[in-house]
Amino acid sequence: MNHKECQHLLGHLSDYVDGELGQTVCEEIERHLAGCPNCRVVVDTLRKTVILYQSHGSDPIPANVEERLYKVLRLDKPGG
Amino acid sequence: MPDDPAFVERLRAGDKEACAICVREHSTNVYNLALKLTGDPAAAEDVLQETFLSAFKSISRFEGKSQLSTWLYRIAHNAALMKLRKRQVETVSLDEPVESEEGVQEPREFADWSENPEGVLLDAELLKMMDDAIASLSETLRSVFVLRDVNKLSTAQTADVLGLSEEAVKSRLLRARLALRERLSAYMAVRVVETKQ
Repeated sequence: MNHKECQHLLGHLSDYVDGELGQTVCEEIERHLAGCPNCRVVVDTLRKTVILYQSHGSDPIPANVEERLYKVLRLDKPGG
Repeated sequence: MPDDPAFVERLRAGDKEACAICVREHSTNVYNLALKLTGDPAAAEDVLQETFLSAFKSISRFEGKSQLSTWLYRIAHNAALMKLRKRQVETVSLDEPVESEEGVQEPREFADWSENPEGVLLDAELLKMMDDAIASLSETLRSVFVLRDVNKLSTAQTADVLGLSEEAVKSRLLRARLALRERLSAYMAVRVVETKQ
């Protein structure tokens, strides 16, 4: 990961994984990834990390916590 | 509904049905923000209650310049930070993560676990590890990560909640994601070997 191109990729990694980069930069990164197995692993596992948190990082409110919230606020839980 | 001026007017008028809808729409995200920031279910419940009590009490001061949800998250974020600060004063933390605000930490873990089918390793142990990893982030990185990747706010909305520039949000998000990838990679490298045995 000491190569200049690897450093350049690192700075764009979040935007790349989020699909927020322009076509030219994307192509440049993809050319680098084709010849750099370590960077490819970093990109793939970073993407998987983000997916894991976005899919499973949120907890439902426990029913008793929700019940106490409505009680404290003196509100009835709405239907639907 | 939520950001409709007529809905906000109903909240201002103390309409109980509108307040209940507001709670239903935003309580899960407020609770998760509080839980991930404090790492403590009891503190998260306090923050949840304080957020809506404070919001309904001061709704007349909501000017509608930002989204209602942004305003709520800002209240929740501040309340969660107060809890954290109080705890830090009460118990002098010896394990505050050491993390530079400058630059991006270079990756050190190169195990490729990205091909593991979704769900194979997804169990209570992994979910706990994911929470522990969030808790290991510095407060500034944790706030950005939770708002962006757990609560799924946009970069602009996260910047609005935290009073940061979008560039600062992006920079902190990158550092948070890379740090979490390191933790997950180290953990996954062991889990994948165990699973194959």
